[in-house]
Amino acid sequence: MTRKGRRLTLIASALGTLGAALGLVLYAMRDNIVFFYGPSELAEKAPAPGARLRIGGLVKQGSVTRGAEKSITFIITDTKKDVAVSYSGQLPDLFREGQGVVTEGILTAPGQFRADTVLAKHDETYMPRDVADALKKQGVWNEGAPKPAGVTK
Amino acid sequence: MIGEFTGHIIEAGHYALVLALALAAAQATAPLWGVRRGDAALMGIAAPAALMQFAMIALSFAALTYAHLASDFSLANVVENSHSAKPLIYKISGVWGNHEGSMLLWVLILVVFGALVAAFSRAMPDDLRAATLAVQGWISGAFILFILLTSNPFARVFPAPIEGRDLNPILQDIGLAIHPPLLYFGYVGFSISYSFAAGALICGRIDAAWARFVRPWTLLAWMFLTLGIAMGSYWAYYTLGWGGFWFWDPVENASLMPWLAGTALLHSATVMEKRGALKVWTIFLAILAFSLSLLGTFLVRSGVLTSVHSFASDPQRGVFILAILVFFIGGSLALFAWRAPQLKPGGIFAPVSREGSLVLNNLLLTASCATVFVGTLYPLALEALTGEKISVGAPFFNLTFGPIFLPILILMPVAQMLAWKRGDLLGAAQRLTLAAAAGFVTALGLGAIHGGPVLSIVGVMIAAYLIVGSFVEIAGRIFARGVSASVALARALGLPRSAWGAAFAHAGMGVTLFGLAATGWGIEEVLAIRAGDNVKAGPYEVRFLDVETKPGPNFRATVARASVTSGGREIAVIEPARRYFPTRQMSTTEAGIVTIGLGQLYVSLSGENADGSLDGRIYWKPWVSLIWIGALFMAFGGLLSLSDRRLRIGVAKRARAPAAVQPAE
Repeated sequence: MTRKGRRLTLIASALGTLGAALGLVLYAMRDNIVFFYGPSELAEKAPAPGARLRIGGLVKQGSVTRGAEKSITFIITDTKKDVAVSYSGQLPDLFREGQGVVTEGILTAPGQFRADTVLAKHDETYMPRDVADALKKQGVWNEGAPKPAGVTK
Repeated sequence: MIGEFTGHIIEAGHYALVLALALAAAQATAPLWGVRRGDAALMGIAAPAALMQFAMIALSFAALTYAHLASDFSLANVVENSHSAKPLIYKISGVWGNHEGSMLLWVLILVVFGALVAAFSRAMPDDLRAATLAVQGWISGAFILFILLTSNPFARVFPAPIEGRDLNPILQDIGLAIHPPLLYFGYVGFSISYSFAAGALICGRIDAAWARFVRPWTLLAWMFLTLGIAMGSYWAYYTLGWGGFWFWDPVENASLMPWLAGTALLHSATVMEKRGALKVWTIFLAILAFSLSLLGTFLVRSGVLTSVHSFASDPQRGVFILAILVFFIGGSLALFAWRAPQLKPGGIFAPVSREGSLVLNNLLLTASCATVFVGTLYPLALEALTGEKISVGAPFFNLTFGPIFLPILILMPVAQMLAWKRGDLLGAAQRLTLAAAAGFVTALGLGAIHGGPVLSIVGVMIAAYLIVGSFVEIAGRIFARGVSASVALARALGLPRSAWGAAFAHAGMGVTLFGLAATGWGIEEVLAIRAGDNVKAGPYEVRFLDVETKPGPNFRATVARASVTSGGREIAVIEPARRYFPTRQMSTTEAGIVTIGLGQLYVSLSGENADGSLDGRIYWKPWVSLIWIGALFMAFGGLLSLSDRRLRIGVAKRARAPAAVQPAE
């Protein structure tokens, strides 16, 4: 192979690999990205039912109802808007009323969410960052300030 | 008792940290001035400064450790992360189980590497050695300044509380004693490759000899990083109670990216050493590997991500680390842009050759690294720019990283078969018939036993092919027609250790792939547990004997003792437990794990129900331990390669001597 041919092969394979990587990234970005909304944002943006989302906020006091076979319903709130969540399965260690929570699942109808994942937290003082931001956006909580009513500890 | 004596030790540690900063400043400047003026005396400052700096940081770290051991609650760091009733091992590992202490460990390991270079690189040209150590001084100086200004572990509280707040219970595990030091030795080890690259750019010594100097250090860092990632994965697996071992979490990705770049660097340095080509690219990879380590440090330590790894978020720290990041990445790239064009291009080689295959390896590794980079940083960038929050999870990475990494796995044994300069692709493929056959037989056999997802069957097929294929080249060199066993043994021992190292490391990749593929055959049962229950999990039965509450040193445990049987014969008794830590009002899960063959039976408890039963999960995971055993193989391969005579640190000069007789090309 000539020197020029070799050089071309090298450049072509580099571009080919990069192109493949770029193509895959763009393709994967279409379907495999999950948006995060707080309850107010959800009401405002009103995504079509069937969308895969993450919803985060506080578990509303007195809203947790346990059904048969590990099914559970609860309300996620940012104190302004609520989302009703149904879930079936094991809950993380620190799932409690009044605590921050992030869930991932499918929006079944406006304000109705079927979660397939409830995300675990690592620490009792830790507020999931997304939740903290969503609450701050609604002006109901500021870092350092006492947590809003309904937030234990 | 905490008294004046303890106070002196802590102040001495604090003072040593400040002295280390002064030494770093000297190390960062004087030798560079010496390189510029050709002044041997100034260049000579580098090595003793590096050694002294190590002594100072070691003293500082020892003082902090002492404060933790003595439970000196006048230190904020001890108050926030320790408790007098905490077991001894966690008092020690708790030193780095927090932001300040972990940064000090980071710097300690950094100066350990600096001291090692100072002590063991006598064979290097003086100017390169001085410049390399100077760059190392810049890095340690920046991080010591970061510690002193924003993250001082020696900050006091007054009045001192009588009891501490204890360490996050999830970190009270033997994993904390092992995972961070290993990972840091890997992360920080790449700083040496970086400093070598910067030093070489400064001195204009970018040649095959440079590649030979830098390779052992890269290999050392790569080994530790491999083990550190594997250990972190195993820790997450047994401690989180979900049976998962890799979550494509940004923090995990932050360690995977330098690993990918470091792996590429190891391979391109071989080309540079053997053929004098790929110089610019190798230098670039050396800069990239450590830049990605710095990025990882930034992601984990700045508080932009929340995870168990980010201990506290303080915006000041984030900005400082970002400034360090920008300075070192920007600075090195500027140096690179200035110097690299002056290099003579190394010549272009045939696509089908050992070096051609290594170029392809580099392309695929960096492309796969780029996909991880995009998936990790895109959500952060998007949030910073638009406020929109997204999460990019496993499906994204499986779809992007997977297809790019797959060809690497298939081509690895082929590349080992190709000769330098001109390879024979058809011949290589023919010699791999046996490996391919091994893959098919494994796939058929395991497919018949487990059935199950096609992905698992294809996965073990590639894995078996890769494991066998990794040794075909060596086998070909040992066994020839009519060679007796003793001759074959002699040949095996006579082969360069680096050849064995490559074979083991490649096979290790196959072993890990095998374990990963086999996860598709796992069985999961979610259940409510009561004493006396019998549960079937795959080929085994689990019988819960009793549930009781036991006190621990700083926790209370609910333990469900269970007997694991196979065909009526008891194999093991396991004690999965939940631990409640009153100081932090927090529970952790202690999975009960029994290793049977290469698989594991895994029982974890989660909550207690109102009716007195316990929520639990039982997993049977065939072959799962191979995931981590593969990493041990890879590291062992690295060790073999490191012990190769030609690569041993310090002998490079002797190896280079004959080459000097011949005129340069």
